[in-house]
This record gives sequence, structure tokens and C-alpha cells, in this order.
Amino acid sequence: MIKFFLMVNKQGQTRLSKYYEHVEINKRTLLETEVIKSCLSRSNEQCSFIEYKDFKLIYRQYAALFIVVGVNDTENEMAIYEFIHDFVEVLDEYFSRVSELDIMFNLDKVHIILDEMVLNGCIVETNRARILAPLLILDKMSES
Amino acid sequence: MPAVSKGDGMRGLAVFISDIRNCKSKEAEIKRINKELANIRSKFKGDKALDGYSKKKYVCKLLFIFLLGHDIDFGHMEAVNLLSSNRYTEKQIGYLFISVLVNSNSELIRLINNAVKNDLASRNPSFMGLALHCIANVGSREMAEAFAADVPRILVAGDTMDSVKQSAALCLLRLYRTSPDLVPMGDWTSRVVHLLNDQHLGVVTAATSLITTLAQKNPEEFKTSVSLAVSRLSRIVTSASTDLQDYTYYFVPAPWLSVKLLRLLQCYPPPEDPAVRGRLTECLETILNKAQEPPKSKKVQHSNAKNAVLFEAISLIIHHDSEPNLLVRACNQLGQFLQHRETNLRYLALESMCTLASSEFSHEAVKTHIETVINALKTERDVSVRQRAVDLLYAMCDRSNAQQIVAEMLSYLETADYSIREEIVLKVAILAEKYAVDYTWYVDTILNLIRIAGDYVSEEVWYRVIQIVINRDDVQGYAAKTVFEALQAPACHENLVKVGGYILGEFGNLIAGDPRSSPLIQFDLLHSKFHLCGAPTRALLLSTYIKFVNLFPEVKTTIQDVLRSDSQLRNADVELQQRAVEYLRLSTVASTDILATVLEEMPPFPERESSILAKLKKKKGPSTVTDLEEAKRERGSDINGGPEPAPAGTSAASTPSPSADLLGLGAAPPVPAGPPPSSGGLLVDVFSDSPSAVAPLAPGSEDNFARFVCKNNGVLFENQLLQIGLKSEFRQNLGRMFIFYGNKTSTQFLHFTPTLICSDDLQASLSLQTKPVDPTVDGGAQVQQAVNIECVSDFAEAPVLNIQFRYGGTFQNVSVKLPITLNKFFQPTEMASQDFFQRWKQLSSPQQEVQSIFRAKHPMDTEITKAKIIGFGSALLEEVDPNPANFVGAGIIHTKTTQIGCLLRLEPNLQAQMYRLTLRTSKESVSQRLCELLSEQF
Repeated sequence: MIKFFLMVNKQGQTRLSKYYEHVEINKRTLLETEVIKSCLSRSNEQCSFIEYKDFKLIYRQYAALFIVVGVNDTENEMAIYEFIHDFVEVLDEYFSRVSELDIMFNLDKVHIILDEMVLNGCIVETNRARILAPLLILDKMSES
Repeated sequence: MPAVSKGDGMRGLAVFISDIRNCKSKEAEIKRINKELANIRSKFKGDKALDGYSKKKYVCKLLFIFLLGHDIDFGHMEAVNLLSSNRYTEKQIGYLFISVLVNSNSELIRLINNAVKNDLASRNPSFMGLALHCIANVGSREMAEAFAADVPRILVAGDTMDSVKQSAALCLLRLYRTSPDLVPMGDWTSRVVHLLNDQHLGVVTAATSLITTLAQKNPEEFKTSVSLAVSRLSRIVTSASTDLQDYTYYFVPAPWLSVKLLRLLQCYPPPEDPAVRGRLTECLETILNKAQEPPKSKKVQHSNAKNAVLFEAISLIIHHDSEPNLLVRACNQLGQFLQHRETNLRYLALESMCTLASSEFSHEAVKTHIETVINALKTERDVSVRQRAVDLLYAMCDRSNAQQIVAEMLSYLETADYSIREEIVLKVAILAEKYAVDYTWYVDTILNLIRIAGDYVSEEVWYRVIQIVINRDDVQGYAAKTVFEALQAPACHENLVKVGGYILGEFGNLIAGDPRSSPLIQFDLLHSKFHLCGAPTRALLLSTYIKFVNLFPEVKTTIQDVLRSDSQLRNADVELQQRAVEYLRLSTVASTDILATVLEEMPPFPERESSILAKLKKKKGPSTVTDLEEAKRERGSDINGGPEPAPAGTSAASTPSPSADLLGLGAAPPVPAGPPPSSGGLLVDVFSDSPSAVAPLAPGSEDNFARFVCKNNGVLFENQLLQIGLKSEFRQNLGRMFIFYGNKTSTQFLHFTPTLICSDDLQASLSLQTKPVDPTVDGGAQVQQAVNIECVSDFAEAPVLNIQFRYGGTFQNVSVKLPITLNKFFQPTEMASQDFFQRWKQLSSPQQEVQSIFRAKHPMDTEITKAKIIGFGSALLEEVDPNPANFVGAGIIHTKTTQIGCLLRLEPNLQAQMYRLTLRTSKESVSQRLCELLSEQF
């Protein structure tokens, strides 16, 4: 099961956080700081999986942005690793060349996309057209 | 796709975010945020009703502020109000706010539930989706109570839209996790299983997660999911890469769904139906084959997705552990990954191989990769990969490669990362113990461990080495010599001082004959470390000193002076002071005999589970180590050999605590009250339902028997199930022996019946009395039996101890020779040279002398020989024989009827590696028997 999904930049600022188990806000800040610290200290030669407390962190770096997913031991590391990329490709398609700013200014939309892909800590949809469908309805409604 | 402008027209939001980004300091940021919070608060409280757009803008700002780590204590009501809006955009932002900010204990749940209820009933799929997402994200008990009935209904209703079904599946999963009692299995269960057949792969993806969790808890109800999952998997795996269109990811058909289906199948054993089983094997083979085919795309996404499926398939193969062919193929595949240029793959391959190593079918195949893994340990740049390599080496270790693996781990330990040193130390200690054929290797390994990583050697590790040295008398002399040498190092670790102190205190006498390690030198060496050590070590050393007083009377005054010094007698540490006072007093008042009894060598420790293993298990959590160990245990001894540690039992009991009594006073067995009424133990037990035939002597029984001729305590017999330890004492013609029966398994022994068997001849000359023991021996428990012994006249045979019991369903029958030998009734006699030779001449008739010339079976070490002669029971007479290389001894054998004076002389010939042993006693049979017994010892 996925425990949390984070997007953090190199300065350690959280750009998106989604927890699938309730975590107190002060503990979130602490956890996010620790998580990003452990990712930043790693080189390209190191593997993308880190054991952290009782779960595993799986991360990928896109320019200055890290996406870090915390999972328990029932998840397949490689599948989550590639799922992160699928998520980024969806963002890329919607925002056409997504940047950190897109994510900051359209937090609600990024949340909608993530909610379509992950629900209750499980991967629920990987098909891009279906992930973006509700968002396109929204966009149409706000245009009209 | 619409071009989305930055900020989507919400100018206020854009300005706010830019402001925050431009803040130069944390203080400035907090100030800006507080200003914004005040602004939003006033807007929400204001008289003017906000339009949907403004509400949305403010909620977005709040979300952003929350993300920066600030708690939001208002706006919840506004969000709840948005839920009842009819506009999708407003409803959506309301739900978003709630799912991010509201936790399951919120007081607003009742209001939220109302809105959710309306949306679920709306039949508008978008609204239903939002409501279900909300339940899945918040999922409180109150929500479960309100919707536990609705959600399964929506999930299996025929007219529900696919996207709603997907949400409903994971929503139900959430409710089931929060409140399983509120989600009873019912009609819907079978229909949920059939979602695996759904046309829509998104629905199957969601349903598989739900079914996996449900199947883990209720395997019976969801058994039918196996065949459905197999057929679905088969359709995906064999499909052309274009068949599944939108669910194909870089030419890999539905990778995430495949992974989930393979995961679901890991909830069950291999399918029983041969058709299903065959189809699954076919799928797994196809997946393995695809890994060897040329890739359909050069993109890394393609190979990543393919490998995700491959790793999950290998997990399933390992989980089933039933198809040798697949297991070996999996191992070969992982072997390829071990050398892959991608670190991620090397990491995952090491991890998977670790579980593969515990399968009997693939253990050997895994072992072939040992060089690659050792190389990984040396060259990997990532500590987590190296850690996996250590785990794998540990898992693949067996008798054939233990020395190599332990050596590699030790050399890695010198440079290993601090974070994993302790774990490596534990692993090395366990492997060294488990696969030690030669216990000198074991002692060397542990001392190396302490030298290389002393700080990481936990108490369990050094307790264990002491337990083993005490229980194995073949290694004691070597251990004493080795610790003595190790202690010569100018700076040695405190743990080494502890081990050294303990071992020299017990076995320092074995090396005291060498002038380079004379008693005084041993003492000075230990005492030179004393002041550098902490209180627990000092306490231990004080006990060593008092043991020295017993072992080496010549250093008694030196030690008394040390104990008497102010720094000891008036030590601020109560424990140290008490020891100094008591030991000093003991050494002053007690006679040599009493000292010898009180400070006797430690009795062997009962065999229990290795305390180190327990520690490693605790460290790693119950799953990893236990599974591995248990899997290995089930396989029996052919692969890992040797007796397994018993799974149960308190490790504490087997561990000498540093401050506990080194003297072993507390370990002395209680004396049974009164003499036993009859020699009932000699009769065959009537309770036994088993054939009463006595088993032939256990293999190795003769060797073990011989070991006890010169000593009274130790382990007499040990197999996978049972350990028999002895502790005995003899005085004149009487003796008492305690036999300890240790159940090494976790299962009860039933009808446990030990019987002492003496031949008619023997019964006449040796009287044994004992009581029957409790016929039930619990797993991990130890029972003791006391035997009272009386020597009536001299004897040559030994009694046989036969043990019969039921373990599991099987009847066990073990026989061992009980080491009650004539020499046990020796009393040493000191005499001067003149007296000795006078008597020697008196006993010169051919019937009185027995001589034996034999080749040395052990290294010809003077000190060990002396120790053995003393252990044999006679006095060792120094400076009696004109040739200093010879040993002479004298003593009296006490029997009830008579006393027999005995003289002995042992002449070693170092060049020829031979001995000549001469016994002269007043009785021919005694000379004969003693010569037999003693000549086996050298």
C-alpha cells in the first residue's frame, strides 16, 4: 500500500503532499524534511529505493523536483518506480511540459489527477485518457 | 488539450504564491501567510456572500498554506457548504479541501456524511465519484457506519458506471480496513470476485486490490479468485502488445494490473486444479521468456515495466516453492540482473535472491553466484545495495561456504558503514557458530570480530562465545591461549578484556605451564587492563582473580594484596566493593578444598536458542529472519547441517549476565531430600507404550564417554531433539550424578522414560539409585534426574542410559554409555619421591603391573597432560621421577569393601609421538581397568 506521495523541490519545499494514512501536521513537516534529506544526499549511482523506518521510499528526480512515494512491503518497488513516471507523463500531457510552477499554481488540478490515479493508497487507474477525463469536464465547465 | 495558463486566471492566488516565493526569510514568509489567513478569515466571516469563484480561490490558498506546514483552523465550514453546491467545480474543491485537511476524528463528519449521502444517491457519476473518493480518503468509523451497506451495493450493481465501480471498490477496501466488523461478507462477495472478469481493465485494477486484502483475511470465501486471476493474467500476458490499447505502457501490456494479479495469487498456495496450475505455469514461463527476448523498445520505461512484472512473477514462484524448474530459471534471471548496469535492478535482484536462497530447489543455484555477490560487497557504491549483499551472503551460507563467507564479511566489516556494522557482527557471530566444524575457527572469528568492531559486539555475542567455550572442552585450551595472545595488544577492546578475563579465570590453568603465560604473567596482563575498564568489566575481573586464587595458589598473596588495596575495599561502587570484601575473605578463611568446590569450573550451559539469533530477529522484525530460519529448518539438516537452535526458550537463561555469579553458585542443582526409596529407575518403565527394546548405543557415544573419564561435567549427548548434560561429584566410594535432559524442540516429549541399565556383573559391584522423572518434557524445557552412586567393588563395565520418548508422532529411543568409571572413586595421595619408589618396588609382581605403549592421539602438551592426570583423580607428583619429562601419580581407589592403592607413571616420547603408561596397584583387575581408561586419554 502507498502511505504517502510527495513532490518536493531541491530546496526542500513541499509542492504536493498526499497522505493515505492520517499523519499529524507537525509530524508531516518533520517527515518531509527527513525524506527529502535522505533523497538529496544520494547520487545517481545509488538505487532509487531507501529503507526508511518501517517503510520503503521510492523516488525519482525530474530536474529540481523529487517525487517520493512511501510504501509498505506489499508493493512492488519497480512498479511504483515506473508508476511515478506514468504520473509525470500525465502531468506533462495536461500541462504540456509541466514545470514546478504549474504544480504550485494548479495544486487543485494536480490533486485531481493524483486522486484519479491513486485511491486509498492503491493504484486505481493508469490509462491517461481516463485519468484526465474528469479534469477536462471541469475545464469545459469553467470555460462556459 | 487546452493550453493552461499559469494560475488559470486566479490572479489573487498567483500573486500570493509569488509573494511567498519572494520571501527572503522564514519570518517574512510567516508574516505574509498570517496576513493572508487574516484576509481569508475576514472574507469568510464577512456579510457578503462569496461566489463560487472566490470560494474556490480562497480554498486553494488555504491548501497551499497547509502544504507549507501551517495548520488551518478555519474554512472547514465553508468547504462543507461547497459540498452541497450543484456546480461540479465548487463541489470538487469542497471535497478536495476535506480530503486533504479533514481527519477522521473531525466533528464535521456528520455534516460531511449528509452531503456524501446525497451525492451517492444523485445517480450523477461525477458526483458519486467525488463522494466515494471522499469516503476512501477520510474513511472514519462514522462513515463506515453510514455507508457500509451502500458501497457494496453500488460496486456490484449492474448499471454502475465503470469509473464509479473503480472508486467504490477502493472505497469498500477503506471501510473494510477501518471497520471490518461493519462490512460483513454477503451476497456481494461472489460478485466482487467476478469483477476480475470485468471487461474494463480499470475496474479489474481496482477490484484486484480489494480482493487481495479480502482474500488475506478470508481465504476460503475468495478461493474462486485464483482461477479467475490466472485466466485474466494469462489473457494479459499472451496478448499482443496492441490488444489492450490504453493499458499498454511502452509495449508492456497492463504492467500494474499484472503485478497486482501476481500479488493476489501470492495469498494462496499453488492451484490444486491441474488445468489452472498448468495455465499459471505457462504464464510464468512466458514472463520469464519475455525477459530473454530482444526488447520491443529501447526506452527505459519499457524495460522497467517489464521488470516490475518479472520481479513479481519471481516472487510468486518463490512463494509457491514447488516448481524446481521455475525456481532455477528465476535464479538464473536474477543472476543476470546481479551484473546489470542499473543499480535498481542489482538491488532488487539481491533482495529477491535472498528469499530464493531459502528454497531447497534453488539454494544450490543461488550459491553459484557467490563470487558476484562478494564482489558487490566490495564494489557497490550504495550502502543499501551492500546491505542487501550482506543479507544474501547470510542467506546462502551453509557448511560448504561458511569459512569463505565469514572471511569476506569480516574483511568488509573493517570498512563497513557504521549503520550496518552491528547487524553484520551479529550475522558473522551466528554463521561462525552455526557452521563451525572446527571450534578453534569459531574462537578466532569471534576474537577477530571484537578486534575489528569491538564497539558493535553486543553482550549477546560475547556471552555466546563463553557459553560455547565452556560447553566444548576440546577448544578450552586453545581459547585460553588465543585470548592470552590477543590481550597482549597494547590497546584492546573492553569486550576482549571481558572475554579474556572470563576464559582465563576458567581455563587459565591450561596454559599456565608455559613460562610465557605463567599464572603471574596472566594475572599481571589482566590487571594491567583493569583500570581502563568500566565497572561491569572490573567486577568480572575481580571474579577472575578469585578463580585464579583457586587455580594458582602461587599468586594468592599477590591477588589478596590487590583485593586488600583501598581502591578495591573502599571502592565507591557498591558492587565492586562487595566483591572485593567477599573474595578477600573467602580467600583467607576457606580451605583449599572448599575453595576448589566453591570456585569449581562452570558447569556446561543448557543448550537453548542462540541469544544472538534472538537479537537479530528482534532487530530485523519477525518476518525476514524467522521465515528464513524456519524455511531452512523445515528442510532438515542436509543443507545447513548440524543441530538447529531450538525455536523456543528464553535466551536470558542461557546467557551469563556480566554481574551474575561467575562462580556458578546459583547454578548448583538442589539436593534431593532424603535418599530415594528404591532403585525404581532400574526397572523398565511400565507406562511406556512403546517397544521396550533398548536402542544400540548412539554413534559417538564411545568418544563422549572417553571425554568424561577425566572430568565430571559436560554434555554427554546431543542430537536434533535432545541434549543430555551431566554434572557429578564423587567422594571416596560414593557419588552423585545429575543428569540434565534438555528438550531442544518446541514440542513436548511424551512418555519420557530414562532407564539405567546395568549388567548382572555390574549390579553386584556398582549400586545406582534414582527416581523416575516426569514423563512429560515441555518444549525448550530441561528436567534433571539425580543418581546416587555407590561403588561396592571394582568394576570394568559402564552402565547404559537408555531414553525412550515420543516426539510428535514418532517413538525415539536413544542409548548412551554413562561415564561412571572406576577412577571416579580415586582419592589423590601426595607422597615424596622416596616413598613413591619404595611402594613402586613393593608392587612389582607381574599381576600388579599393567603396561601399555601407545601412539599419541592428541598434541603432546605437558600442561594438558598434567590437567588430565589430575582430572583422572590421582595426585600428580612433581619432582618425583628423575626424568622431568615423565609424569607420576598416586592415589587410592575407594570401594565399599576395600581400598586399593594405585601408582602410575606416564613416559612420553616426543620424537616417536608415543607414550608408555604403567599402572601398579594391589589388584590386577584395577590395574587393568585404570590402564585402559587412562591410555585412551592422550
